[in-house]
Amino acid sequence: MSRQYQFKLVLLGESAVGKSSLVLRFVKDQFDDYRESTIGAAFLTQTVQLDDQTTIRFEIWDTAGQERYKSLAPMYYRNANCAVVVYDITQSASLEKARSWIRELQRQADPSIIIALCGNKTDLEARRQVTQEEAKKYAEEEGLMWCEASAKTGEGVQDIFMAIAKKLPLSAPQSQKGQARAGGQPRGVDLSSKPAAEQDGCNC
Amino acid sequence: MDEEYDVIVLGTGLTECILSGLLSVEGKKVLHMDRNDYYGGDSASLNLTQLYRKFRPDQAPPAELGRDRDYAIDLIPKFIIASGELTKILVHTNVTRYLEFKQIAGSFVYRDGRISKVPSTEMEAVKSPLMGLFEKRRAKQFFEFLQNWKDDDPATHQGRNLDTEPMESIYAYFKLEPGTQDFIGHAMALYLDDDYKKKPARQTYNRIILYTSSMARWGKSPYLYPLYGLGELPQAFARLSAIYGGTYMLDKKVDEIVLDSQGKFVGVRSGDETVKAKQVIGDPSYFGAGATGAGAGKMRVVEEHKVVRAICILKHPIPGTDDSDSAQIIIPQNQVGRRNDIYIAMVSSTHNVCSKDIYVAIVSTIIETDKPELEIRPGLELLGPIHEKFVSISPLFTPTSSGKEDNIFITRSYDATSHFETVVEDVQDVWKRVMGSDLVLKEREIEPTE
Ligand SMILES: Nc1nc2c(ncn2[C@@H]2O[C@H](COP(=O)(O)OP(=O)(O)OP(=O)(O)O)[C@@H](O)[C@H]2O)c(=O)[nH]1
Ligand SMILES: [Mg+2]
Repeated sequence: MSRQYQFKLVLLGESAVGKSSLVLRFVKDQFDDYRESTIGAAFLTQTVQLDDQTTIRFEIWDTAGQERYKSLAPMYYRNANCAVVVYDITQSASLEKARSWIRELQRQADPSIIIALCGNKTDLEARRQVTQEEAKKYAEEEGLMWCEASAKTGEGVQDIFMAIAKKLPLSAPQSQKGQARAGGQPRGVDLSSKPAAEQDGCNC
Repeated sequence: MDEEYDVIVLGTGLTECILSGLLSVEGKKVLHMDRNDYYGGDSASLNLTQLYRKFRPDQAPPAELGRDRDYAIDLIPKFIIASGELTKILVHTNVTRYLEFKQIAGSFVYRDGRISKVPSTEMEAVKSPLMGLFEKRRAKQFFEFLQNWKDDDPATHQGRNLDTEPMESIYAYFKLEPGTQDFIGHAMALYLDDDYKKKPARQTYNRIILYTSSMARWGKSPYLYPLYGLGELPQAFARLSAIYGGTYMLDKKVDEIVLDSQGKFVGVRSGDETVKAKQVIGDPSYFGAGATGAGAGKMRVVEEHKVVRAICILKHPIPGTDDSDSAQIIIPQNQVGRRNDIYIAMVSSTHNVCSKDIYVAIVSTIIETDKPELEIRPGLELLGPIHEKFVSISPLFTPTSSGKEDNIFITRSYDATSHFETVVEDVQDVWKRVMGSDLVLKEREIEPTE
């Protein structure tokens, strides 16, 4: 019997490092050179096949710009099972920003959260400012996963999510939301379900 | 910050966040600011540290209450009516995806010195100690009359007219006892006082139908509650706003509402920057409420009355509620010789708002005397031993002008009702003042990715 597990994944990182581009590549295998700052779609889902028994469904939250003035709501981290913290390998300042997000996660998020530090834009190798060694060393010190990728070429993108999927605990308790869904039980109360009695005469 | 916005919203309470979300979806360019470093304003939910900082600044939360992060204590006790207006907005805007809801386990009413469950099924009604045998029969006829009522079918009217007859005459027609009227008017129609009895029966009819249809939706009680506390609601609408381009700035001091020579709104000054916008919406605290002395800015709100709220931390479920993990208890005013009802709203770790084996009950009422804590005593006495108690007295403010002249649109304070229906009324009212047309919840295209 195959099982589907659901996990909440949040993205963090400085503006323009390519958070939304990585998601777009992962979910739709697309890339857009002139992507605007995220507006409109900040909630996507995608599944990965772990083995023939198991699929992992990621519920992906993008920041929607609320982080810009340090105004991300606690709701964003709440119940997040994993986080991808992105920096741009051509901007050393973006790694600094990534470090501060990681500190924030360690403080605010569930202690069992899996954090992946991801250097994006490897297609711009010539303009590299952040060395692999530096980022990798930091990730090791903090016990984070680390990878590099290019949303533009697609290189390394699937690997990030696959590596996270492999690390997620399928037996240990997931977030409430994930657990209820994985167990196949209804989660909470579904507000959008229409009661039988209301189905006809409803003019809403 | 030399950008110009369509609307600046001040304060991230639920009313402001719903407005901000709806305006952004409508295509307005919104800047949303809050002086606090957290979301929710008066309708926030606090962790223990924040709670103690607010009520007992010189005391640290006791370790025996458990982990700080497990707590989300509401400042304003309210529940969501399952078939009510807030539910409609939550569903239409799709913010339900950010939230998870659980039912409130039971709704209780106080009568003759004890509490009983408001019946949620016919079976419960038959067994309920709320009414004697004959009264049950009369009440049954009354409810059947309401359920069968069809505006265009005079045969269902039994000679009554809901639009011209006061509610008291409908009660009289069915010969319902005063105690039954208390339970119907206060625990089902959710009136805070008895003024409704002299008003046309139509509104009471609508409220009872809302209650019974909400009850029928998921059983147990007509109320829902978001996991992690009510403070999740403003956050969810803030996210909606942000997704549609809204800009968020917390922890931002608001120093001045800047006006032009005609007294019309120009912008908001914070420190030495001024952000311009066509309109401003904000909660009363940004327009003089609670401020005193020079430099407090112009007073644009008036106090209507005051509400006393006691947040009580218990280590047991409320006695007489069948060990419910959550409950509403209504003490109708007549039952304790008051003009306004006393409410108790209780939630617990089932709703992820506190540690295991802790129960958080909020007792509240509209203040009638100069000894507010004595006024809520009948409520406190129902709780059993109270482990910790945090009492606050909040004035309720309402704006003095519509905003038509100056483009300043002010929301109302959160009132003493036990639900969010009046919050949505305020949203609709402000929307109409800001936009010049009624708020219509259009079926909109769901974000392309879902
Ligand atoms: N060359 C190159 N450009 C990229 C890559 N990924 C993203 N970009 C570009 O970088 C810019 C920013 O990308 P976004 O995905 O919008 O960045 P973001 O982190 O979501 O930004 P915010 O939504 O503002 O927080 C866009 O112009 C992208 O086209 C990449 O791998 N290589
Ligand atoms: Mg983005």
